[in-house]
Amino acid sequence: MRYLFAAYTIIWVVLFAYVFSISRRQHKFHEEIARLEQLLENRRRP
Amino acid sequence: MRSHNSLAILTFVLMLAALYAIFIYAPTERTMGPIGEVQRIFYFHVSANWTTFLATFFVFLYSILFLMKGTREMDIRAAAAAELGTVFGAAGLISGTIWAKPVWGIWWTWDARLTSFFLLWLILIGYLMLRRVVDSPGQRAKLSAVFGILAAVDVPIVYMANRWWRTQHPAPVIAGGSGSGLDGQMALTLSITLVAFTVLYFYLWRMRCELERTGDTVEALQRQLQTQGLEVR
Repeated sequence: MRYLFAAYTIIWVVLFAYVFSISRRQHKFHEEIARLEQLLENRRRP
Repeated sequence: MRSHNSLAILTFVLMLAALYAIFIYAPTERTMGPIGEVQRIFYFHVSANWTTFLATFFVFLYSILFLMKGTREMDIRAAAAAELGTVFGAAGLISGTIWAKPVWGIWWTWDARLTSFFLLWLILIGYLMLRRVVDSPGQRAKLSAVFGILAAVDVPIVYMANRWWRTQHPAPVIAGGSGSGLDGQMALTLSITLVAFTVLYFYLWRMRCELERTGDTVEALQRQLQTQGLEVR
């Protein structure tokens, strides 16, 4: 029974860790986009 | 966005159905005696491995399409599929070793099926490493497309390994000839789990492709700022 529990727990941990990693990377990119757009906006202002 | 949410809900519902079928609906394997419960690992193990094959097929398909059309979108789809292949491949390998220990008494053996699958996983990791070391985007896409096509050669070898050679890995239970086959309830459970994993694959694939496109937007903005003489870091 402990092997069954271990297998399912590890698979879920792997999948959730991957989803978390995608979300984190996406969040960082959006922050970077906002920062770069702000830089561009500042550049355009006279 | 709306279709993405629908896919998320569908994935969630199908996963719940799969878990219900695995732990409540499917009967316990009888021939394995006191460790019969371990057989329930089979449903996620097979599905994770199936999804790895599916991912490798998409790496193959979009690599060919990239070489034909040369569009960035084809490269994005192939790269996203390769990353998913490594994630599901890891899930398949880990669940396989955890199944092997109580059943065979060992965590791992270098038989044809296990070795060829491990090799497939390493090839997919190699594909991702290749993408990291090549700086030029055009060259990176071309080289990884060629590598992606070659990677797919291993899939039929993995599939046929326990048909061509005597292996420690069990003989195929599906399409394995006379004497193979699954109990009706087990077959239905496996089918539900396979569908759930397939939908999960497409959900994650879309997420991963979207991430790659957002990365492209960042690079485009950085280039725009650099052409205006601004330091972006």
